[in-house]
Amino acid sequence: MSARARRRFLTPLSAGRPDPPGKGEAMTLKTAFLSLAIGCFLLLCWKGIAANSEIPGPLDVLATAVEFLRDPLYDAGPNDKGIGILTAYSMVRLLSGFTAASVCAIFFGVILGRSAILFNAVNPYIQILRAISPIAWMPLLLYTVKDSGITAFLVVFMASIWPTLANTAFGVANIRKDYLNVADILQMGYWKKLFQVILPAAGPTIVAGLKISMGSAWVSIIPAEAMLGSLGLGYFVWNEWNNLSLTSVIFAIFTIGAVGVVIDAMFTRLSRRLSYTD
Amino acid sequence: MYPMPMLQVDHVSRNYNIAGSPEKFCVFENVSLKVDEGEFVTVIGHSGCGKSTLLNIIAGIDKSDTGCVLLRGKAVQGPGIDRMVVFQNFALMPWLTVYQNVRLSVEAAFPDWTEKQLDGHTRRYLEMVSLEGAENKRPAALSGGMRQRCGLARAFAAKPPVMLLDEPFAQIDALTRGVIQDELIRMWNETRVTIFMVTHDVDEAILLSDRIILMSPGPAAAIARTVDIPIERPRSRRSIIEDQRYYALRNDIIRFLENRQEEKTA
Repeated sequence: MSARARRRFLTPLSAGRPDPPGKGEAMTLKTAFLSLAIGCFLLLCWKGIAANSEIPGPLDVLATAVEFLRDPLYDAGPNDKGIGILTAYSMVRLLSGFTAASVCAIFFGVILGRSAILFNAVNPYIQILRAISPIAWMPLLLYTVKDSGITAFLVVFMASIWPTLANTAFGVANIRKDYLNVADILQMGYWKKLFQVILPAAGPTIVAGLKISMGSAWVSIIPAEAMLGSLGLGYFVWNEWNNLSLTSVIFAIFTIGAVGVVIDAMFTRLSRRLSYTD
Repeated sequence: MYPMPMLQVDHVSRNYNIAGSPEKFCVFENVSLKVDEGEFVTVIGHSGCGKSTLLNIIAGIDKSDTGCVLLRGKAVQGPGIDRMVVFQNFALMPWLTVYQNVRLSVEAAFPDWTEKQLDGHTRRYLEMVSLEGAENKRPAALSGGMRQRCGLARAFAAKPPVMLLDEPFAQIDALTRGVIQDELIRMWNETRVTIFMVTHDVDEAILLSDRIILMSPGPAAAIARTVDIPIERPRSRRSIIEDQRYYALRNDIIRFLENRQEEKTA
């Protein structure tokens, strides 16, 4: 293994790199064309499969989508709500768990990042914990808290704490010594140093961690809702399966993907705002 | 009784641990020097003689193994705003604008000031280094020369009793270097702050200093000689090369540095 590959292997958070500024700029005409061509090819494949099986084709799903989106906010009792309301349920659950996890992750990440001894002592446990799917905790959590709403919150919490924790610790540990020296020469107090030097300096790495955390939370909330029966997109997809409505299931899949893309785009913008070049 | 020196370095030594060995690598030994109030003193020496380490020890961001650093007769403990540093690599906060970088040090130096005072003072120093118009840019958008102007403004704006310059012009292209050196001379003339500088550029040292301290090459470097620069102020790059004493001083220092290097390598 080359030295560089080894270093990458040993780095606990290889996945979380800050977005370089300017990434994701306007697509050129060529990429747009290629992208469109790939999209058409995938649609054709889908249509081909649908024609030879029970799976609904693109037009069926489109018709269902139009129907769902015509009135996204309807509320006809506890088990019959519009797609907009269901999305909002998922988002609230997602944001509360994610926010709580991020605050904890950044708080402890800064502490770990400031102490190499502590970081090395704790790192093996972080590695084990973040390898566990948050869904695997669910039976234990459900048994402990005996409430499906709190369990869903805790699943999101478990899904989103580790990437941010690891990235914050890494970002803080790798702040250029010069910046900390300047802070010390200016005799900044602890909080001023934290908010004016440590957090901005590690900001891009922290946001990269938040972005992975958010992705992981969004991925885990769907099965959590499906299994717990908590209102939301995960519940919707499972409910439509129980109704044997495959068009609705496919529509739900697209909705989940679209929401995920929107969330990711928001974080890309945030990370571009916080990024800096030396 | 003599007046108390502004800055005093008293028998300071610095050793580095060698990985996997109980022996220590001695960077320099028993360095003692004094800088009077308003004096501009430069340490010059080869790379590796520990001159930047010495500066960091004075700044409080590195620790000495023996000896101590005294500011107005009081031993210094750690870094402080009374010893502002101008760094070779500028060390500006890259996420802040030029204005915010200078403002950060103004706020630290004058915590009781009103918003109006802080703003006025910051802008005055930005103007002094001709950075007006660039105050809302981030350091990454500036040339090395402009960045170091910001570094100088940040240091001067805190009005420290002592300023430490760590090879401040080493990363700036030769043409810009001269302009900024002139700016430094002008600011120093206005403030007469006590300056301790480290460099390996002989011309720069003669142009700026009252006194030049020559260090022998490392390991186990030490102060070898002190050279007074008797050329009258105000100086400029142009006037100084017309002074008859300039070449004698320059040759003397360069010959000394080269001989010492040969002795070490021989």
